[in-house]
Amino acid sequence: MNAFKFLVAAYVATWLIHGVYIGTLVARFRRLRARMRELGKGQ
Amino acid sequence: MKKIFPILPALSAILLIYASYQALKVAPTDALQGDVYRIIYYHVPSAWTAFLLFLINFVASITYLVWRNDKSDVLALVSAEVGVVFCTIVLVTGPIWARPVWGIWWAPGDIRLTSTLVLWLIYVSYLVLRKFSTSAQTQVMAAALAVFGALDVPLVYFSIWFFRTQHPQPVIGGGGSMDPRMLHTLLVSWLAFLFFAFLVCWSRYRLELLKRGVERAEAMESLVGAGAAATTSLPLGRSPR
Repeated sequence: MNAFKFLVAAYVATWLIHGVYIGTLVARFRRLRARMRELGKGQ
Repeated sequence: MKKIFPILPALSAILLIYASYQALKVAPTDALQGDVYRIIYYHVPSAWTAFLLFLINFVASITYLVWRNDKSDVLALVSAEVGVVFCTIVLVTGPIWARPVWGIWWAPGDIRLTSTLVLWLIYVSYLVLRKFSTSAQTQVMAAALAVFGALDVPLVYFSIWFFRTQHPQPVIGGGGSMDPRMLHTLLVSWLAFLFFAFLVCWSRYRLELLKRGVERAEAMESLVGAGAAATTSLPLGRSPR
């Protein structure tokens, strides 16, 4: 049962790392899209 | 590519759910380790995916050094970044498995563990160089670093073949045997991770193209602004040549 904790921890850690990385990608996409729109308006 | 992109996330999600079901329910329990061995269904496919991405980075870096092709540079950057994410998972899930099985989180001096950590550090330094260097030669320096960094990949992979280490022997091709259901689950998990990695790489690739587009637009805007300022500062009746 104690070892099961480690199994859960490994699976949770994996998806946490992927989730954080995908979160940064989404944030960067939003920021760049907003910047692109700003530049488009300025011209 | 745009047509298949909408089905790729759905396909990846289905494969990942199926792989997790296989890993947690279908694959038999290991006689010695119990259920904790099931960490290998995330740990090993993540390692193989990271190696594949570093190999792509190596080829793209050489291509960039030879032909100075922008798309190769973007591919090199993307594969290194996503490769570091998968390598991080390897370095996190490995110690989580080692603690209940070995009784320690990390085996200091073990060549497989140390070379994997060095590999991760090389590609993190590659990303740091690309992020913070302001030199016009950054892409060339990064490509050269990537070529030398890739030499660590075969060292990591073959370290358990040629050296006595605490790390288990290879699950495939190392002379040991594996239950066919375990092998099937491992390969299904790798396929699922490959689809997922491709999806993430494609998104990151598009993000990088967008970023470079914004940088070009900003440069154009500042050039237009500078041109307008120069025009207004000239004496009346004369146009800039």
